[in-house]
Amino acid sequence: MARYLLGRLLGLAAVLLVTSFLVFSAVHLAPGDPVSFLLKGHPATPEARAAIAAQYHLDRPFLVQYLTWLGNVLHGDFGRSVQFRQDVGPLIGSRLPGTALLIGYAAVLVCVGGVLTGVLAALRPGLVDRAVLIGTGVATATPPFVSAIALVSLFAVQLGWFPGPGSTGTGLGGRLYHLTLPAVALAVTLAGLLARVTRSAMLEQLAREHVEVARSRGVPERTVIRRHVLRGALGPIVTVGGTTLAGLLVSTSIVESAFNVTGVGQLLVQSVTAKDFPVVQAVTLLTVLGFVLVNLAVDLLGPLIDPRVSPATGGAA
Amino acid sequence: MTPALLEIDGLSVRLPAARAARPILDGVSLSVAAGETVGLVGESGSGKSVACRSVLGLLPQGAGAEGQVRVGGRDVLTLDRTALRELRSRKVAMVFQDPRAAVDPLHRIGDFLTEGLRAAGVPADRATARAAELLDAVGIEDPRAAMRRRPHEFSGGMLQRVVIAAALAGEPDLLIADEPTTALDVTTQAEVIAVLTRLQAERGTGLLFVTHDLELAAAVCDRIHVMYAGRIVETRATDELFARPRHPYTAGLLACTPRIDPGAPPPRPVPGRPLSLAEAPAGCAFAARCAFAEPRCSAETPALRPHGDGLAACLRADEGILA
Repeated sequence: MARYLLGRLLGLAAVLLVTSFLVFSAVHLAPGDPVSFLLKGHPATPEARAAIAAQYHLDRPFLVQYLTWLGNVLHGDFGRSVQFRQDVGPLIGSRLPGTALLIGYAAVLVCVGGVLTGVLAALRPGLVDRAVLIGTGVATATPPFVSAIALVSLFAVQLGWFPGPGSTGTGLGGRLYHLTLPAVALAVTLAGLLARVTRSAMLEQLAREHVEVARSRGVPERTVIRRHVLRGALGPIVTVGGTTLAGLLVSTSIVESAFNVTGVGQLLVQSVTAKDFPVVQAVTLLTVLGFVLVNLAVDLLGPLIDPRVSPATGGAA
Repeated sequence: MTPALLEIDGLSVRLPAARAARPILDGVSLSVAAGETVGLVGESGSGKSVACRSVLGLLPQGAGAEGQVRVGGRDVLTLDRTALRELRSRKVAMVFQDPRAAVDPLHRIGDFLTEGLRAAGVPADRATARAAELLDAVGIEDPRAAMRRRPHEFSGGMLQRVVIAAALAGEPDLLIADEPTTALDVTTQAEVIAVLTRLQAERGTGLLFVTHDLELAAAVCDRIHVMYAGRIVETRATDELFARPRHPYTAGLLACTPRIDPGAPPPRPVPGRPLSLAEAPAGCAFAARCAFAEPRCSAETPALRPHGDGLAACLRADEGILA
């Protein structure tokens, strides 16, 4: 087990190293020039441009720039934001709580809503099942920016139940209230997906003989569903749930921009537009880290869910 | 004669017309008394599994049933949910074909054993003690340690012993064994059958033994019912059935059982294939595969009537065609 964990952590480091290089090169390959952005369109002499490039190490060879940046990152220094003229670390730190709250809220909605809907559909074949299939079909096909517009126009503008984009509440309750529409927009697609996975995993388990055996022994139906059907369906639910959670890290930038939530996602979009390399690199790297950590957690949960699965092989022992 | 534990009386089970052309079960009647072992023999799809599941009130989805299935005098098909649970946890228990499929792979053996008892309201510590006793009775060493292990750590034969122990946990009056050894290898089969019959004899439990293997049924059962296409076609005491079968299908099943005694004829398969649910021929369902069929066999449906010391559903049962 210890060896397995060590191996996974080394793998994690390798993934992060490769991503950091890809992110660094991608940002540099993108058209546009950070120096022009810094000058905000003001005409400048070639000497002035060179001075600015030197100040941000933009005049060095690509590989040297990368290695310098990597060395600094390893020391916890993500550089300075070009547009905010502030260190990247504290800048992301100040935006992190908003994003964390939004993602946490959406994750709860996805897990609770998705799993409950899926269970309901599996246990009530016929009308309920059909309705859930159609509903989740629509939900899965609706990208967050579309549901964001729909939610704002219905619940904020027409009904006025929730505040519109750009406002924040005070205290945890107030903040959650203001984050409700963004969280729903973020959750809809993934909740639909998770509901469908839950439904089919439950149906597969319901057809298993050991479920009928439990029934044939006089075990109450609720216990049969909980202990055998839902428990057996947990494997696929957790796997897809994990991927889903990782997906939230990505979609959050769209929703934060749509609802004007001061978070890391919005910061990423602003920084991409502004060619603010250090911020883009740091946020992307953090997102990848989140992705990998969630996957690691899912893999570690595997043997707890199904004792036949060994973490080292990832298959049946 | 002791009063019957189980009386199945004219049981017919039908799926909606769109899903099947003929009933899954058609007028099946049989009875099992305390301490008696009754065999239900037939090919796959003959309806024997549906018949034995109906005793627990488990019918196929969407199926309708006519007739009665009486356990201890009460009709199972009319029981409400509570009474059905009481029946399942106290009176009737079932041993399933494949122990790998019958035991939830995610839980410990101990949980599987005590589950039925706990559902019947037995306190946890007493259920555990009883489970350990039962594991000992089916020949599993160090029961307490075994209870902490999981299904995949057991061999098929050992796991089937666990399933038998679990079936006996509620001290049922009636045990139903649905092909309990089909999924096991031959040596394990013998052991499992020995355990099953020993415990049944000790406890005076009635046993309804379902199998496709006539030889095995002969070794275990007092009386055998042969099923074909949802109907019982012959009922006879085991010795009689082997010595003087009256239904050509029974004779066919006997002839296709491989024998190892010297000079024995090679096994002869029953020609043709079993009737699917989509087929509903007029007359005798077996006529198309029967070597003795006459034109009237495809017109007239034979009823199950006394022939010799048992019952047979064949128009020519008294003509000595099988002699």
